[in-house]
Amino acid sequence: MNLFKLALLTFALSWAASVPVMAQEDDLLDLLNAQTDSAKANTIEYTYATFKTTRIISGQSIEIPAPGVMQFLIGHRFGTFKDGWRGLFGLDRANIRFAFEYGFTPWLAVGFGRSSADKMYDGSIKLKLLRQSTGKRKIPLTIGLYASGAIHSMEWTNPDRNNYFTSRMSYAFSLMIARKFNKGFSLQLTPTVAHQNLVPDKTFNNTVFAMGAGARQMVSKSLSINAEVFYLIPGQLPETYQSTYSIGIDLETGGHVFQFMITNARGMVEQYFVPRETQRWRDGDIQIGFNINRVFTVANYEKMQQRKAARKEKKS
Amino acid sequence: MKRTILSLAFICCLAISAYSQKYLTKSAHLSFFSKTKLENIEAHSRQATSALNIETGDLVFKVGMTTFQFEKALMQEHFNEKYVESEKYPEAIFKGKITNLSEVNFKKDGTYKATVTGDLTLHGVTKKVTTTGTITVAGGKISAVAAFPVLIKDYNISIPNAVKDNISETVEVKVDATYSPL
Repeated sequence: MNLFKLALLTFALSWAASVPVMAQEDDLLDLLNAQTDSAKANTIEYTYATFKTTRIISGQSIEIPAPGVMQFLIGHRFGTFKDGWRGLFGLDRANIRFAFEYGFTPWLAVGFGRSSADKMYDGSIKLKLLRQSTGKRKIPLTIGLYASGAIHSMEWTNPDRNNYFTSRMSYAFSLMIARKFNKGFSLQLTPTVAHQNLVPDKTFNNTVFAMGAGARQMVSKSLSINAEVFYLIPGQLPETYQSTYSIGIDLETGGHVFQFMITNARGMVEQYFVPRETQRWRDGDIQIGFNINRVFTVANYEKMQQRKAARKEKKS
Repeated sequence: MKRTILSLAFICCLAISAYSQKYLTKSAHLSFFSKTKLENIEAHSRQATSALNIETGDLVFKVGMTTFQFEKALMQEHFNEKYVESEKYPEAIFKGKITNLSEVNFKKDGTYKATVTGDLTLHGVTKKVTTTGTITVAGGKISAVAAFPVLIKDYNISIPNAVKDNISETVEVKVDATYSPL
């Protein structure tokens, strides 16, 4: 074959080969689709907003403040409806708790709070062990662990006897198993153990187990309806002690989440609302309450990570 | 031997023809800014993909909405959950064309003004967008920079009254892409 023929052939081939690449926009888009499909398969996309805030109603949700975010929470549980008109259906009195929670990483947060009920100070840690995700790693559930220790600062009920500091202490542990089924609906199981170092008498167990569950259904972009139950396994406490049932809404504005609820739970920490509740829905012994959650971004996690990466690079 | 030469020639042609027409990037930088008296909001995605056909002037962009990073985590959550509804409309797509292709010489290093017209699909709504950007050709690489305003209302994105004063009605979108030949 002479050079001329080869050149001709090359030209013909190059022309032929260029035809299929005479692309239209859609060809280019197909190209991008192929790129993003492979990119999607290689990245982990974590589920966000399984619940709107760190509590479903009174109990913990799987959510923690985002890394670098401080959340301030103030909760009220008013008196029972049975206070009647003279007590404005309970609004004349309230249990109050305020708390700060801070997210260190996407899976670790700590909290500190103070409740007026029992004048109790509590510190907590919340971990996400597994995060619901799609893409490279498909995980159907988010699983988290919540541990809290509290100290009450009430005066001793029996000052005459030998009182120990440890008698002021109580603990709570929750395992949280949650799934966001779709944009609007999430469900969580929350088996919870509460331990009080000191109980009134032998008819009380120190360690009390409750099966918790909560759900969220969005009704609009800024409003969702939540329900929560902590079912007290019978036989652990005298019969006057009750499971708690709550129903409420989450109302979201810019940086706030307002939660309003009707509940028979007076406490706002597990140490209280699992082993200490005596009010019953069927007696009308319920109250309204609210939590206000406000977030403050105090550190830019993204930038912190970038700086960390840069430092690592410098070292190596 | 002949066959080898032939196939080599063929491969070369293929490579050359593809090389010379389509340019791609997997890490285009898209950002948008909203400025109000109360708050400035900006978000960046460095994972946008874009392809450019220098022969026809066709230009496409695609970005996953969840790849936008905000300074505040809550903004990001609101953006995805309430405003652009990323679960329903996971990506934004731009399909367009360089309309003054004759004024841009992709073969020669230099800086060129380019006018781009096309359809932007965002939040399930498609609208015409026209903008003028700058194309820089340097050593076989092509970079493109452009900015254009997006009226949020146009794309059926509703902002609740409570935060109306925090989010501007028009956000400024910036595009910065460096393409490599495919």
